Amino acid sequence: MADEFEPKILGILCNWCTYAGADLAGTSRIQYPPNVRVIRVMCTGRIDPAFVLEAFSLGADAVLISGCHIGDCHYIAGNFKARRRIALTRKVLESYGFDPRRLKMTFVSASEGALWAEVVKDMVKTVKKLGPTPVQKKTNLVAAGHAAVSADDDLAEIAKASAGKKLEAAPVQKN
Amino acid sequence: MANEKKPNRVGVFICHCGTNIAGVIPVEKVVEYAKTLPNVVHAENYTYMCSTPGQEKIRNAIKEQNLEAVVVAACSPRLHEPTFRKASAAGGLNPFVFEMANIREQSTWIHMNEPERATEKAKDIIRMSVARASMLEPLESKSIPVEKAVMVIGAGVAGIQAALETADSGITTYLVERDPSIGGNMSRLDKTFPTLDCSQCILTPKMVDVERHPNIKLMTYSEVEKVDGYIGNFTVTVKRKPRGVIVSGDNECNGCGDCAAVCPVTKGNEFDLGLGPRKAIYVPFPQAVPLKYTIDFDSCIKCDLCVKKCGDKKSINLEDKGELVEVKVGTIIVATGFDLYEIEKKEEWGYGVYDNVITGLQFERLIGASGPTGGKVIRPSDGQKPHNIAFVLCAGSRDQDANPYCSRVCCMYSLKHAHQIMEKVPGTVPYIFYMDIRAFGKAYEEFYYRIQDEGAKFIRGRVAYIEENPANKNLIVHAEDTLLGTPISLDAELVVLASAIVPKAETEPLRNKLTISRSPDKFLLEAHPKLNPFSTSTDGIFLAGCCQGPKDIPDTVAQAAGAAAAAQIPINQGKVSLEPIAAKVNDDLCSGCGVCGSLCPYKAITLNEIGEGHRRADVNDAMCKGCGTCGAACPSKAITMQHFKSDQIRAQIAALFTPVGGV
Repeated sequence: MADEFEPKILGILCNWCTYAGADLAGTSRIQYPPNVRVIRVMCTGRIDPAFVLEAFSLGADAVLISGCHIGDCHYIAGNFKARRRIALTRKVLESYGFDPRRLKMTFVSASEGALWAEVVKDMVKTVKKLGPTPVQKKTNLVAAGHAAVSADDDLAEIAKASAGKKLEAAPVQKN
Repeated sequence: MANEKKPNRVGVFICHCGTNIAGVIPVEKVVEYAKTLPNVVHAENYTYMCSTPGQEKIRNAIKEQNLEAVVVAACSPRLHEPTFRKASAAGGLNPFVFEMANIREQSTWIHMNEPERATEKAKDIIRMSVARASMLEPLESKSIPVEKAVMVIGAGVAGIQAALETADSGITTYLVERDPSIGGNMSRLDKTFPTLDCSQCILTPKMVDVERHPNIKLMTYSEVEKVDGYIGNFTVTVKRKPRGVIVSGDNECNGCGDCAAVCPVTKGNEFDLGLGPRKAIYVPFPQAVPLKYTIDFDSCIKCDLCVKKCGDKKSINLEDKGELVEVKVGTIIVATGFDLYEIEKKEEWGYGVYDNVITGLQFERLIGASGPTGGKVIRPSDGQKPHNIAFVLCAGSRDQDANPYCSRVCCMYSLKHAHQIMEKVPGTVPYIFYMDIRAFGKAYEEFYYRIQDEGAKFIRGRVAYIEENPANKNLIVHAEDTLLGTPISLDAELVVLASAIVPKAETEPLRNKLTISRSPDKFLLEAHPKLNPFSTSTDGIFLAGCCQGPKDIPDTVAQAAGAAAAAQIPINQGKVSLEPIAAKVNDDLCSGCGVCGSLCPYKAITLNEIGEGHRRADVNDAMCKGCGTCGAACPSKAITMQHFKSDQIRAQIAALFTPVGGV
């Protein structure tokens, strides 16, 4: 591994706008940092916040959601719903002591390949500043072969690992 | 759990794509890596997986290795997923138990200078795809019948051409035009470059064909209000704007014009770009199709003079409120054309401030025989003939402050204007201020030479600013002659700005109704810039003409014919198969809360009473388009998004962050 911290970022992109935009960045041979791994869904409306939390619990340094511009959704308004959900998910993450900048939603159209490259560059820069995810250790445990734990336990772990000021206020449910 | 199934036996096929992939990452090593991944029973590589031998490898491996799922690591699924789905199907698999790992657009092309990290990323992508592929399930496509009708939106030359082509093939064609007459911008032109065909002479016969065609349902002075449905089954609500004149059936207007003769209200005619007058009841131009009058209710004072004059013909109805008409069509062609760039935004050229600065399209109306001056080119300030005219090219085109693109027709029509003025008023000198002359079409360069020989003066340089001499309203054009390297000033009696072509303003709300995309220049986005320039990313919606980008008439007509041919395919096939990516409700888990129903943008989810106080959500397959918004919100996880099931997506996430396998 290189000495410099290279964040691992999960990208969840909608098929019609940002995935196509990312393809265009490829076709145009625009070079940008290889830190994002992409999952394609038909619409950002499909993105269950649980996916985001799961990614963080497994050790994602950041999650980048991107869809059509507001008003341009291929499915009329899926991106509105995603925007709302992601805003709330950021609040949830914050309450666990996570820096909400680790979760971002952007709007990149099918013709904005260059913009997508900028979005990725920007995100990588931000996350490099923030440093590795507080749940890094746990990922290694999982990688070492430990059985995956349920999402609720993971979130409790995230809260513990972050050990931030906000921990006291964090509404972590124990059951 | 009962529904837990055994993971699929996965085969991985890695494409070199010539050197596009293999030139950056060591494909053989990646194949070895893929073999170590869970559930992978076979992995191989080939130079071009999409070629015949490549596809044969997939077919053979499916049979020999008894594969249950296929992963092709190559280009984008948006490019070749259909190709490889067919290849897997030919091998005996369900086409949906297939996944593409996009290691070209998403790795080797964007990380060319970092081969090691590109390789790591490609491995991650393949690992994620394998995890997903091992969980994919077979799905059945459903076929739906196609409505045997086409709608063409916009009746300029593009829409006219497209409508005639589809109608000639025996398909009912609805041609919707927002203006009172069809014809669009081409009907405003006097002559067309480079052949100098009279625009009206070649367009008017087509317009008449449209009116008389038994398969064309012409809807003028109408706008698209709402678009529902999907390929094969669009329901379009068209708003017929209140026209005040009966255009069909009993009491149909016969176009005699007596009403306009008595109308006391005079306004600037939009068709003549304000250069000529019209009444509140009017036809925009004499060759209008249909030749029926229209009342402009914004300026009508309801004096009833026209109604009285029309008398027993009873063709005028001042109480017309318009109506909404619902039309069912299988495919839609968008041909909404262009507007001119608002050149008054370039204040340094004084359009809208100085009387004698006009646009190229206004010049067309002045020099056109059917125009407000009967073909006499005169100065708006004093009605005198100009002795010299400055033509300013790239007015708002190729300009980072306005529109960065080339409008593609301004060079040629300005050359044509130069020719026309020299021919019509011998002795008049045209001065052409240009950046480059772009004469790219058939016989265009030859036309350029001809105009040079005829005596037009060419000055290479962008016009910096224009001043008016208040005494005689002449214009002083300041520019730099970049060939001589000196600033020059020219005293011109008339200035014609070759204003840029921009997408029609009304296209934007229409675009939202159709859910199609636009490019950064705001023109509508084609499915592929080269191989599919007339389709959109939405199945069943096609593009023709300047709504997709600036074009001259030959290109517009060619694209319109192409769009018409493409729009007929589903109609001739009679049915289209829909992707089975739809939501499914598990009745045992559904609590009937209704969250899904309130989120569904297509109203595809209904809540059925199944007993006292008990409801269950039910998805209408034909209406569901598979966005998955409901599935992400269902609190009971009762909704499954087929092909994008939660466990399939979660498997990808888990595979990304829990690296397994390796060599």
